[in-house]
Amino acid sequence: MQLFLVMLVLCGAASIMISPLYSKRRAGRGQDPEEAALEAARDAKFREIRDAELDFSTGKLSREDYRAIDASLRGEAIELLRRLDAVREKEAAA
Amino acid sequence: MTLGRACLFLALAIAPAGALASIYGARSRRREWVAVGRRSVYALAAVLTVAFAVLESAFLRSDFSFQVVSTHSSIATPFFYKAAAMWSSQEGSLLLWMWLLSLWSSLVLFLTRNTLRELAPYATAVLLGFATFFGSLVVFLANPFQLLSPTPADGTGLQPLLRHPSMMIHPPMLYSGYTLFTVPFAFAIAALITRRTDAAWIRATRRFGLAAWCFLGIGILIGARWSWSELGWGGYWAWDPVENAALMPWLAGTAFLHSFMVQEKRGLLKMWNVCLVLGAGILAILGTFLVRSGILQSIHAFGGSTLGKPFLGFISLLVLGSVVLVTSRREYLRSPEARSYSPLSRESIFLLNNVLLIGLCFVIFWGTFFPLISEAVTGNKASVGPPWFDRYTVPLAIALVFMAGLGPLMAWRKTTLAGARRSLQAPVLFALAVVVALLALGVPASKPSALALFAGAAFALGSVAQELYRGVGARRATSHEAPPVALVQVVRRNRRRYGGYIVHVGIALLFIGVGASAAFQHIRDVRLSPGQTARIGGYDVRYLRATSSVSPEKVVLGAVLDVSKKGKHVTTLRSTRGYYPSSDPTAGPVGQYFDGDSTTEVGLKAGLRRDIWTAVQPDVGAMQKMIAGIDKRFPLAQGDIQALLLSVVAQRYAAAPPPAVFRLIVSPMVEWIWLGGIVLGLGGLIAIWPPPRARRERAPASSWSARLGRELSRA
Repeated sequence: MQLFLVMLVLCGAASIMISPLYSKRRAGRGQDPEEAALEAARDAKFREIRDAELDFSTGKLSREDYRAIDASLRGEAIELLRRLDAVREKEAAA
Repeated sequence: MTLGRACLFLALAIAPAGALASIYGARSRRREWVAVGRRSVYALAAVLTVAFAVLESAFLRSDFSFQVVSTHSSIATPFFYKAAAMWSSQEGSLLLWMWLLSLWSSLVLFLTRNTLRELAPYATAVLLGFATFFGSLVVFLANPFQLLSPTPADGTGLQPLLRHPSMMIHPPMLYSGYTLFTVPFAFAIAALITRRTDAAWIRATRRFGLAAWCFLGIGILIGARWSWSELGWGGYWAWDPVENAALMPWLAGTAFLHSFMVQEKRGLLKMWNVCLVLGAGILAILGTFLVRSGILQSIHAFGGSTLGKPFLGFISLLVLGSVVLVTSRREYLRSPEARSYSPLSRESIFLLNNVLLIGLCFVIFWGTFFPLISEAVTGNKASVGPPWFDRYTVPLAIALVFMAGLGPLMAWRKTTLAGARRSLQAPVLFALAVVVALLALGVPASKPSALALFAGAAFALGSVAQELYRGVGARRATSHEAPPVALVQVVRRNRRRYGGYIVHVGIALLFIGVGASAAFQHIRDVRLSPGQTARIGGYDVRYLRATSSVSPEKVVLGAVLDVSKKGKHVTTLRSTRGYYPSSDPTAGPVGQYFDGDSTTEVGLKAGLRRDIWTAVQPDVGAMQKMIAGIDKRFPLAQGDIQALLLSVVAQRYAAAPPPAVFRLIVSPMVEWIWLGGIVLGLGGLIAIWPPPRARRERAPASSWSARLGRELSRA
């Protein structure tokens, strides 16, 4: 019984491990590193825009400072979105 | 070979094979091999789950053919403790470590299976490298499936000190924290190897770092609560090496959870973050090493072991590898451009908070390892005690509590002086008002550290309250929602920010508890006979009567005390001491119970204002003559006769008890520490909760602003 169970676990583990080598379905390409970096930067920029908005609405930033920071952050965010689109198009074409 | 042992061998084969497959896949860009590496982690988790289930089932069935079961459980051990007894052993706890590592590794690799193409294979290899090390330990040095022949009829039982409900959750929480810290560690190593030092690896692993921080923090607090409510010494923190070992990675984790944000937002502190993450990962392994090696004296180090050298070798490898990688990749760890920030900004406060946290971590490291350092330098093993730790950690803790209040008040990038003044005004006034009120209520000015801690905590609470008030006000100005709805919405839309603020509330509550209980605690050791009274902290504690009971597991002697204040009954406390039999056959059928281990059940009346605590130490020495006489007359008594003799001793104790020693403690606001822990966990949960996924959208160049607005409103 013990031997049967050991063989069962062995076969199960081996099939989990090596199935990608025999699978007809190709393993996913995974995300392009550039795209991952840009997505991380985009999410952080979105948070930064919302944080600046909250900092202004909670009285930590003056109206002038907020306007300048918000405009600069939105410009940077749009640039990130442009680059993200470009990378995705390149990746889709590849 | 048994199923469990076979699973361990299999795990030891899978881990290095998977690591090699991952590296080969990454270097040759063969995706199917990368998938083999990732799926090796899943297979490892499956195999270790079987091994874990086999051992756990052996404990629950009291299968004493397993050596580890016979030495850590017994037939009389209650079912609940049989389930937890597994990780009281060296072998079982290492298996738990490895199992949790495989589960968390599987989770992170499953979540990143379609992302981080370059990083994931190397991170997989690092995680499997950890599994290989721990697999080697459980296969070659600490085999949990060692069999005994012949099978003993009963086991020696779980160590009495560990018989507490916290045993079920305290070690798994700590080990979850330790193993989760290996996830950011592995991705940091992968980022260095691939030179991808942007924020992508942080984005993928931040939640795991936060989960590690929460598990470890709550695990530490559960341990402190266990110490307070169960161990008879009367404290919740002793600067024990193993307590310190858990605290150090937690502090490093606190630091990187703050400085991560600076890198994500501004691209700054890359080198600092990588060093902190690597440091936290290594400190997590160091924590396991301290518990398992027995290198330092600790109530947690369950005996010396043969694991010291392999752990030391592994830690040296981790340190050396990290230093080499960081040094060789320093070019990639520089900020992309010179970005300065104002001294009055959240970035500056985070940096200062990081310096304080790492300073605190260093002080604790130095104090913990001082016995080894002093032995290496002078040849004498000298250690430092709580006063030494308090001297350095208290000022740093006070500064950190103030930082917890200052951080939320500063804007990112820059805060103008006028803005800072506006934000600081109310919290500072609140803190000052609290100090004045405390002085007026009679808190002595001779306790400056406690007053400073209260002021810092009040400042932190005031600043978070102001932030919530202003945030809700801003939300209501546009949405016209009811205040509770606006509060929920503002927190939901900014989980990381407000989750963090709630954590700060938890920290403030915790430090109020620490400050009050450390500075204003009353403690007395008294010797009382029934009917006598002792006075402590304004309370009269009267020893009413002695109690006793006998079970096959232990003999319990105790006391009932009445606590009153100005003649008015406050509470009744019951404290007992349980005596467990030793395995020495020459000790006699009754004497063996008083020669073995003993544990205290604390009498505790807990409350938000103060805890009244007592532990009894019955004078067993006064009964030695009687016990020796019974053992002499009935040297071979067993079973029912032995139980009868024990009952006689217990009844005599209850009828005519000798004076007992009591430790009496009245400690204010200890409960605030546990309350702070709950709030801290809640805040962590809010911060960890994932935001809705941003939908992919394309937009013509003319409508970028509109698209940004849409994506922002959804993110």
